[in-house]
Amino acid sequence: MSPFLALVRRDLALAFREGGAVGTTLGFYLMVVTMLPLGLGPDLNLLSRIAPGVLWVALLLAALLSLDRIFLNDYEEGALEVMALGPMPLELVAAAKSLAHWISTGIPLALITPALGLLLNLDIDAYGVLVLTMLAGTPAISFIGAIGGALTLGLRRGGLLLSLLVLPLYVPTLIFGISSVNAVLMGPGGFAASFLILCALSLASLVLAPIAAAAAIRMQLQ
Amino acid sequence: MKAMASIAPVYQLANPTRFMALAARIVPWLAGLTVVLFAIGLYMAFFIAPPDYQQGETVRIMYIHVPAAWLAMMCYGVIAISSFGYLVFRHPMADVSAKAAAPIGAVFTALALITGSLWGKPMWGTYWVWDARLTSVLILFFLYLGLMALRNGVEDETLAGKLTAVMALVGTVILPIIKFSVDWWNTLHQPASVMRIGGPTIHPSILWPLLVMALAFTLLFVVLHLKAMGNEVLRRRVVALRMRAVQRAANLEPQGPAREAAE
Repeated sequence: MSPFLALVRRDLALAFREGGAVGTTLGFYLMVVTMLPLGLGPDLNLLSRIAPGVLWVALLLAALLSLDRIFLNDYEEGALEVMALGPMPLELVAAAKSLAHWISTGIPLALITPALGLLLNLDIDAYGVLVLTMLAGTPAISFIGAIGGALTLGLRRGGLLLSLLVLPLYVPTLIFGISSVNAVLMGPGGFAASFLILCALSLASLVLAPIAAAAAIRMQLQ
Repeated sequence: MKAMASIAPVYQLANPTRFMALAARIVPWLAGLTVVLFAIGLYMAFFIAPPDYQQGETVRIMYIHVPAAWLAMMCYGVIAISSFGYLVFRHPMADVSAKAAAPIGAVFTALALITGSLWGKPMWGTYWVWDARLTSVLILFFLYLGLMALRNGVEDETLAGKLTAVMALVGTVILPIIKFSVDWWNTLHQPASVMRIGGPTIHPSILWPLLVMALAFTLLFVVLHLKAMGNEVLRRRVVALRMRAVQRAANLEPQGPAREAAE
């Protein structure tokens, strides 16, 4: 097995076996989505209109809280240093760990979305496209988030700073995710353009973000 | 060899002492010129430029708004170039430049956002719309805040500089998005009318005051940036001197058994 896949498997095993790392994220997602109707009032028409946006924003927040899992534990116990000294380039290490984060966070969050859509009276046509856009957009969230996780490794209270750094970078993903859902719900056409840009964002971050994350890690390991 | 000769002055400026000497000599002149240009520009903007036939007197807000928005982007460009220079050449002055430019850029961005929303209220009927140009400039503002917060958050100053440089380069993707947002999306914000292929589309009576104001803003940025860089160099020297004083004090103090005996 290649070291890349081995690292992905290791991170996945840690994420799924470590008490409730994935469950907590899903729980947070559920809580945010539950809180919003309580704040906005139970008007079903209103809820169904804003449901895609609410779900996307809640997904961003839930993913944000799990970002420090990508590097922080390994940094604190020294495993990251061993990986940096190993034969695999640190860029690939960052990519593998981001990929594992996507599989253990992005995919479960996207897949649980239909259940939460029921709570918000989401339009029946929107389920498929919403999950599709989330699956296409969450890689960008994990990979861009890895930059933030790497930059704030050595900081006390890095979590708050992490959100300040990373959320502005999530804006394009959010905008194109929502606009491709809306293109399907509101009118003919426009879905392909938004969806392709969303995929492009994910693919570009897949290539570029590990470079930045690896640079940030290297600086802090010196 | 010619290329070497042309970048030699930049290398010389990289020496903090030379930079400080040069900055001390040119900053008063530049500051004076900035004041003169602002006087001319504001006079032209308020008294000579005609009110717009649709917007009336509110068009004068534009003479502050447009230069501030240009500077907001140029400032990020300066930070990005300095950050790149710092990561590649590891020169402290590049970091000083990036650090000094961030708060200035944040202020220009805030100025552009505030003047824009003041103009938007009478023109669009609202202080804020979620339009692509406005949103992307707001993100730029958050990026500036993030850069400053990251630098404050890391205790080791060298590390803080490097990490901030990485973040600044990652954030560079926002610049083309801001510039082309009005072309890519059909937005409420008007498209580029000065810097466009085929020449400006606005009348000279408005264009000239705008250009003078833009020049005044640019010089203001240069003056503030040079001054802030000078202050940062001085601050670092004070820190270094203090560290040395502490070290000297530690060396002078009797150590080990002698110290115990003294106590």
